[in-house]
Amino acid sequence: MLISAAVSIAERQANRMGAKHYAGRSHVILERSLVALKSSNWFPVVSGFLEPLLYLFSFGYGVGTLIGDIQVSNGQVVSYAMFIAPGLLATSAMNGAIYDSTWNVYFKLHEGKIYHGMLATSLGPLDVALGEILTALIRGFAYAVGFMAVATPMGLIPSWWGVLAIPAAVLIAFGFASIGMAITSYFKSYQQMGLINISLLPIFLFSGSFYPLSVFPDWAQIIIKTLPLWHAIELIRNLSLGIINFSLLGHIAYFLVMIVVGLFFTTRRLNALFMR
Amino acid sequence: MDLIVVKNLVKQFGDFTAVNGINFSVKQGESFGLLGPNGAGKSSTMRIIGATSQRTSGEVLILGKDPEQAGPQIRAHLGVVPQQDNLDEELTCAENLYIYGRYFGLPKITVKNKLDELLEFAQLLDKKNSKVKSLSGGMKRRLTIARALVSDPDILMLDEPTTGLDPQARHILWDRLFRLKEKGVTLLITTHHMDEAEQLCDRLMVMDKGEIMAEGSPTELIKKYSTKEVLEVRFGSDRNSQMVEQLQSFADRLEELPDRLLLYTESGEDLLAKIVAANIHPNTSLVRRSSLEDVFLRLTGRSLIE
Ligand SMILES: Nc1ncnc2c1ncn2[C@@H]1O[C@H](COP(=O)(O)OP(=O)(O)OP(=O)(O)O)[C@@H](O)[C@H]1O
Ligand SMILES: [Mg+2]
Repeated sequence: MLISAAVSIAERQANRMGAKHYAGRSHVILERSLVALKSSNWFPVVSGFLEPLLYLFSFGYGVGTLIGDIQVSNGQVVSYAMFIAPGLLATSAMNGAIYDSTWNVYFKLHEGKIYHGMLATSLGPLDVALGEILTALIRGFAYAVGFMAVATPMGLIPSWWGVLAIPAAVLIAFGFASIGMAITSYFKSYQQMGLINISLLPIFLFSGSFYPLSVFPDWAQIIIKTLPLWHAIELIRNLSLGIINFSLLGHIAYFLVMIVVGLFFTTRRLNALFMR
Repeated sequence: MDLIVVKNLVKQFGDFTAVNGINFSVKQGESFGLLGPNGAGKSSTMRIIGATSQRTSGEVLILGKDPEQAGPQIRAHLGVVPQQDNLDEELTCAENLYIYGRYFGLPKITVKNKLDELLEFAQLLDKKNSKVKSLSGGMKRRLTIARALVSDPDILMLDEPTTGLDPQARHILWDRLFRLKEKGVTLLITTHHMDEAEQLCDRLMVMDKGEIMAEGSPTELIKKYSTKEVLEVRFGSDRNSQMVEQLQSFADRLEELPDRLLLYTESGEDLLAKIVAANIHPNTSLVRRSSLEDVFLRLTGRSLIE
């Protein structure tokens, strides 16, 4: 029997660890997203980019003039716009990642049956999970770069460490996308999916984008500090203001755990869903 | 060489047993059919062989490998046409084929060079850049079949491939499947169309309620489970069942369908003459050769005519 290219490609991966879950080809899932994007509706993509900028202008300069300056953790005093800009960047990385990894994934899973098609090929479930997350990441990256391109010339990113806010935004997007996809893969109805949006709003409002956590009583601060967006905002804010200390490693670790946990459950769940 | 070996395969969904201990094997280059009424367990069996569903128990080997251990490697050999199309509706016809080839890891250029040939196969060259959303049901079916060929599969698995195709498209498809078979591609087909099974399958298996009722080539099955000819008689829907008792003794076997009676015999003309001589006059009568339809009716007690 003649050996086809598809077979020899698959055989090359056969002896690798985890070969039945991962064919080392998540980039083709990204390629699919890019092909689809070409002819799809750009509105959500563009609005996801504009949203944080609108907040920045209206709150940073509108509300900011009423509020005046704000003192941050190391005692530094910054303008209100400078205070909220990193928070908005973190939020936009989160929103971009969540959009791709929740609603988009839900549709492909249940309406479009797109994963059924993908998993009938020599791809494995981890390829699909990673590929979708990679797509979300790239959106997070694009939003971060776009935001920085506007915020930096406005003098809102005072420290050179701020450049690291871009990889940080990617890390944040990775964490949210990974968890977002895991949660989505367990949800079975639009009602359940609605929960994601409902819970994101308070997370966004209370995680310290618009004011320092110190306005809250201790117990509330403790709760907020368990939330991922707080870690994201702290990470990016500290970098852009040049506040460099060990707490950054804690925030990074938080997201690494999110990534691993999310990928684990997503792969497991996709396996269960598609290997019924 | 046996490409597919299935032993004591069981598939349960909760308490429900969809496939109940079946055994069969398929040789390289063979064209093997699964026939059976709705819910017989055909698609469940196909999905397990396609390494997209986990069996409850039993043994399955595809090219000597267990689909649960080597899913991606096995799927690289397969071209799968699922019962329900799962094309990527956001993409165009050409993009669907292209990206599917990429899923198998084929180089971009290789896939691009194949697109026109595959679109031609699906008779969709003129729809190359149309979104799949805008295709008719039959066109989607043809695209799904073309898509299954993008990776040059050794085994083509077709779950009711011609559902939704018009007669012309069906015949074209049969012709193309035949050519693939000549090239050595092994075909695994489920169908409700007996003519399709007779045309395409070297060997087939009749399934019902998760079990195998019979197995063999179309001619063998007809020989074993039916007579040479069938006399179909109609007395009008209210009288058909009254006539059953009178006619029973004339034929080797009699089947009562809602609109007609089927009398199984070696010679239909002779039988008709005898009936008429006994002063029984059907409204209409028809003599025909036995087909898989009759085998099916005999084995499952159900008619398949749609
Ligand atoms: N995912 C599932 N969960 C629960 N039951 C299932 C599932 N898939 C199939 N079944 C059941 O298993 C039985 C066999 O289904 P299957 O799809 O294999 O039948 P089939 O022979 O392909 O029928 P058809 O001709 O209608 O396509 C049916 O009774 C069906 O209800
Ligand atoms: Mg079926």
